[in-house]
Amino acid sequence: MMSDKSESKNAEIIERSIEDAKRKAEKNKNLIIVKKKYRLSKTSSQLFERTKLDSSEDNDFWDEEGLGSKVNDITTQEEDAEFQNLPYIVSDEVAIKAENLSMEFNLNQEKVDNLKEYVIKRIKGEIKPKNHFLALNNLSFTVNKGERIGIIGFNGAGKSTLLKILAGVMKPTEGKVETHGKIAPLLELGAGFDNNYTGEENIFLNGAILGYQKEFLESKYDEIVEFSELGEFIKVPIKNYSSGMLSKLGFSVATIVEPDILILDEVLSVGDVKFKKKSGNKLKSMMGSGITVFLVSHSVDQIRKLCKRVLWLDHGNLVMDGDVDEVCDAYIETAKEASAEELHNIELY
Amino acid sequence: MFDNRFISNFTKYKFLLVELVKRDIKGKYKDSVLGLFWSFLNPLLTMVVLTFIFSYVFKMSIKNFPVYFLTGYLMFNLFSAATNGAMDSIKSNASIIKKIYLPKYMFALGTTCSELINFAISLVVLILVMIATNAPFHLSLIFTIIPVLLLVVLAIGVGLILATLTTFFTDIKYLYGVFIMTLMYASAIFYPVEVLPVKYQFLFELNPVYLAIAGARDAILTGVFPNVKYMIVLAVVAVILLVIGMYIFYKYQDKFILYL
Repeated sequence: MMSDKSESKNAEIIERSIEDAKRKAEKNKNLIIVKKKYRLSKTSSQLFERTKLDSSEDNDFWDEEGLGSKVNDITTQEEDAEFQNLPYIVSDEVAIKAENLSMEFNLNQEKVDNLKEYVIKRIKGEIKPKNHFLALNNLSFTVNKGERIGIIGFNGAGKSTLLKILAGVMKPTEGKVETHGKIAPLLELGAGFDNNYTGEENIFLNGAILGYQKEFLESKYDEIVEFSELGEFIKVPIKNYSSGMLSKLGFSVATIVEPDILILDEVLSVGDVKFKKKSGNKLKSMMGSGITVFLVSHSVDQIRKLCKRVLWLDHGNLVMDGDVDEVCDAYIETAKEASAEELHNIELY
Repeated sequence: MFDNRFISNFTKYKFLLVELVKRDIKGKYKDSVLGLFWSFLNPLLTMVVLTFIFSYVFKMSIKNFPVYFLTGYLMFNLFSAATNGAMDSIKSNASIIKKIYLPKYMFALGTTCSELINFAISLVVLILVMIATNAPFHLSLIFTIIPVLLLVVLAIGVGLILATLTTFFTDIKYLYGVFIMTLMYASAIFYPVEVLPVKYQFLFELNPVYLAIAGARDAILTGVFPNVKYMIVLAVVAVILLVIGMYIFYKYQDKFILYL
């Protein structure tokens, strides 16, 4: 049965690729016609083709704030299936222990960030009433070494806040987190990249920001450069890099460590198709080595494949904490009644 | 506050400090043709202009005005640049602070260190001017390090206070701009303290930056050990401000992220 299925699948793939090739050939024909029609010189046609390449690369996500902050879950079904077969080794040791975590934000209608306003409002007594917003409300959980935890919830549930607290970027207003082991937060790739620096210099700057030691970076330097596929470009200031190149470099530096706890906001797959596969494999090998993983994903399907335990957050409360299928099923049930705004960007299946 | 976590954190992020200092120094003159040479040229040109104005236009009689002025100017610049840099350091690195955990004081400390290096480079100008004006080289020259280091401690303390305050109140920056200008005129950089009647000269002694400048002039120009009374007062003020700075920075640093 299995072999039959895969054969028919192969046949399908072949058929599809033939069709693709035909389409490409037609496109090329058109291109030639255009060239002839406008009598483009050789150089300008080259330019034309180059801009075509560039624009295809520009589809990679990359914004001023930093690479990787945007959602990108264009992982194909087949790649996800590979994730499913990862070994799952859980030990008795505690990796993360969160006790009564609460995070409160002040939502003042107008942000008072200058002294004059502050003084005036203080005198008038307007500063007192604050709109408190509880992003996280009294969360407690214990995670053992080797567990892979998925975090689900509608928009505004507090998932990202929780990850930031686990990563140490934010301090909770109340409660505490105990972590045992080295944490690698993959929330942001290429933090602090300096545009005037070459790729090489940025490896050391970015590495230092991530808390690596000089000796460590020197010993891993070749590996980073090789993984990033930048080759000669590593000696060029990164202001000349394409967005794809930047994310490749950022990913290569961020994943050079062997962490005990990996924190992921969406499975990051960056760069071109080839690099996407490579970076996916890298994450897979990291996850499969018995480390603790926290994963926030908008795709319930992905969570089901990668994780065994799921925390479901809703408006800062921990609704459910348990087996992946149990929690996901309950989550999908509730989602049927949720508003469109809450479900924006969320894939339930 | 000074527990083991502080020490282990510092050793872990020592390399970060080095990289931040490197970035500051490389970034400062990144687009200029002369690059680091500006660190020499800047004080030299200012000195030439002010020597002309005060020696010929105002006919002020200070023995070896170029050296007198440069000593004060370089010291004051060290303080002003270090505190201003530290003040901006949290806001300008907001994108990093919001995404990754690292000890935030490293940014403030980093700018102070890079300004100290800049100061050391521009000392070459001072030495060249001393040679050009036939100023005697006293052995006491090495004691200059005492007021300089005390001034750096003072700058770190003030810088930490300013970094904390500007994160919550943006307009501290403008207020400090006015303050630092006033401080410059009050530091006797290009005039002698004798411009004030003797009974008001004690006012200068209330200004710790002036104490550091006076100490440096003792060592460089007069050729004696820096005024001990001045150095003790400066040290006490510097340490007090450093402790206050560290205290409020540590107290409020977890809230920075909510205001960035």
